[in-house]
Amino acid sequence: MFTFLHKYASLMHFYRLSTRWSSVLALVTAVLMAWGLYGGLVTAPADYQQGDSFRIIYIHVPSAWMSLFVYMCMAGAGAVALIWRIKLAEIWLRASAPLGASFTFLALVTGAIWGKPMWGTWWVWDARLTSELILLFLYLGIMALDNAIEDRRTAARAAAVLTLIGVVNIPIIHYSVEWWSTLHQGPTVTKFDAPSIHVDMLIPLLVMAIAFTTFYLAAVLARVRSGILAYDRNTSWVRELVGGARGNAHG
Amino acid sequence: MAEFLAMGGYGGYVWSAYGIAALVLGTNALLAHRAERAVLRELARDLDGDDDDATA
Repeated sequence: MFTFLHKYASLMHFYRLSTRWSSVLALVTAVLMAWGLYGGLVTAPADYQQGDSFRIIYIHVPSAWMSLFVYMCMAGAGAVALIWRIKLAEIWLRASAPLGASFTFLALVTGAIWGKPMWGTWWVWDARLTSELILLFLYLGIMALDNAIEDRRTAARAAAVLTLIGVVNIPIIHYSVEWWSTLHQGPTVTKFDAPSIHVDMLIPLLVMAIAFTTFYLAAVLARVRSGILAYDRNTSWVRELVGGARGNAHG
Repeated sequence: MAEFLAMGGYGGYVWSAYGIAALVLGTNALLAHRAERAVLRELARDLDGDDDDATA
């Protein structure tokens, strides 16, 4: 009885808390995006080698970071879902997949657009680009598998297994620029001794990275709320919530 | 302003990258919001159906 109450309460409480968090996160995202875009497009100086084309970095690098970050969130949620059968973890994994796929798509497309003027080609089959493309296929595969199984809880566990198998790709993406010779440049920011980037260029990049993270959290929470309602559709709190909303709409 | 838009000759590349990013993120925000509304609508319909059953 206690465990039943606990599980029931956690989805309900998370739903209520997340409606509040979402509006705060959306506001923070808007402010940070405005700051990061102004810094990146206006105040940051042009690169001495790449000119203004380097400004694509302010969407390319945050997208690429998020493509990995969202995947690690999904892997963590997948492990929790498989070990403890926590519904919220299943919902979080499912809600994250389209966002992760979107960030991966953006990293690939903005990289191609940046590569054309700088490398002279939209695409090369080198380690960094190919492993990132595999990440996109992993996201799409996880979404397809989740959609192919009718029972939502079984589907979530299958998606969790596939997510955990795909984790092997994450260090490959990260270290690809060190393990193999590649056209893609090495890390600029995460070198601890001294980042090889001017501070006026670096700050907008970090601001945009945080903005992308808060965007992910705001969007995933909206999707998580849909998932919670679907999971708990037959509970009294969802019925009250829906009934109350309907009453307000009519009144 | 024209100089800003030209992006040192890379305007086409820079603005198409930013445009696609805005489109993808905007679509995600919209779809996430719509999904939530759709579930609420669907549940409200179910609840109406239940009420009809109860009164029938």
